[in-house]
Amino acid sequence: MTPALLVEGLAYAYPDGTQALYGVDLRIEPGERVAVLGPNGAGKTTMVMHLNGVLRAGAGRIAVAGLPVEKANLKEIRRRVGVVFQDPDDQLFMPTVGEDVAFGPANFGVTGTALTAAIETALDAVGMAHLRDKSPLHLSFGQRRRVAVATVLACDPEILVLDEPSANLEPIARRELAEVLLSLNRTMLMVTHDLPYALQLCPRSILIDGGVIVADGPTEKILADTDLLAQHRLELPYGFRIDH
Amino acid sequence: MGAGHSHLLYRAGDSPVHRIAPHVKIVAALAMVLCVVATPRSEFGAFAAYLIVLIAVWSVAGVPLRWFAARAVIEIPFVVLAVLLPFVGGGRRTDFLGLPVSVEGSLAGWNILVKGTLGVLVSLTMAATTSQRDLLAGLQRLRVPSLFVTIATLMMRYVEVIVEEARRMRIARISRGHDPRFLWQFGATARGIGTLFIRSYERGERVHIAMLSRGWSGVLPDVNQTRPAPGVWVAGLVPAAAFAVTLAVSLWM
Repeated sequence: MTPALLVEGLAYAYPDGTQALYGVDLRIEPGERVAVLGPNGAGKTTMVMHLNGVLRAGAGRIAVAGLPVEKANLKEIRRRVGVVFQDPDDQLFMPTVGEDVAFGPANFGVTGTALTAAIETALDAVGMAHLRDKSPLHLSFGQRRRVAVATVLACDPEILVLDEPSANLEPIARRELAEVLLSLNRTMLMVTHDLPYALQLCPRSILIDGGVIVADGPTEKILADTDLLAQHRLELPYGFRIDH
Repeated sequence: MGAGHSHLLYRAGDSPVHRIAPHVKIVAALAMVLCVVATPRSEFGAFAAYLIVLIAVWSVAGVPLRWFAARAVIEIPFVVLAVLLPFVGGGRRTDFLGLPVSVEGSLAGWNILVKGTLGVLVSLTMAATTSQRDLLAGLQRLRVPSLFVTIATLMMRYVEVIVEEARRMRIARISRGHDPRFLWQFGATARGIGTLFIRSYERGERVHIAMLSRGWSGVLPDVNQTRPAPGVWVAGLVPAAAFAVTLAVSLWM
């Protein structure tokens, strides 16, 4: 079967010469939910920026559902890879929620009743349909995060990429978002520092440090390996322990 | 923007004036302001007629007079000069309430005052009956370059985000005992403004990446795809036509 995401030998150095990625290999099958763990500066966000072609790889190749990430395919790649950014205020830039959700599909050529349907389906999926005509300014942080997910869902992506989805959420909003994400039944790649969240949502985790993948396996097994976590500046929050 | 929130200039409603297509209103308001500016300053009757037309529009729109009166205060700094002109103007002088005033200066002051006020009232009328969102859609329909419409759209969305950020930074400053009272103590505030600029710039970059990630190609999609019927122009331009007729009559007489 064609993998939802295939990354082979991805390397990247920033224009100032700082090497961020040293050869990343990753294969994600359709329907998988994978957490990307790692300390600050490990290269997690840099890798995400490559998946939809915002950053261009120095070496290696990436394919999304079989389509290589290349300049000629960028538009379709960006439809296939739905990135939900960490700060919803960066993602929601249109005057109303409905227009923001429409932004993606309209750019990808969806119009008329199909566009209206895409907006409704996406907002329904995150339980935010009643806020369609509101300004993002007047929503709570948790609501904005969910609308940000809807803006990406409306493009019907092959893979949903979330950058720190639980950051700054109050506990209830954090749980509700988890329920929404689990209900979507989508291939998902989730960058997070919130290890219990990774355990709840993603059966598989990869651990990135120093620009390479240092561990790849069942989330439960990786989080139970206290020594491995400690080597890479990660630890479970106070009071958490995973028996394996 | 969002429903159910109060706005400074926009007064939500469903009057015939509110329902006029926004691009028609923009064109009409522009035409009305041009008529006012083109009217000779001594045509007092024409200015009275303009005001009557505006009051008629307000009554159709269901917006009370005091709504406009309160908001027209914004022009005060600009008309201070107009009030001074009768006293500092040269030429023939006449007595007004026992004060010697310049005739030429009085007319010049009147000219600024009446045209400024009518211009502000026309703009306020449009703002009171057209939401910001519709104004942008109107500009888009009038083929204003998409870059300008995009910039205006993003400005509308982010001005409150940035004001909020500035407020948080100010609270953080005064929480550490910053209490500027004199001009030379504003250094920290000035550096704060610099920081805010850099933060806003970085936010701009992040927003741009977020837009690219959803297929942005340089033009905001026109989500309101309803095309107005040709009839909307007729209804919308009635007040502007009244202004034009008044101007024509005053020039001809």
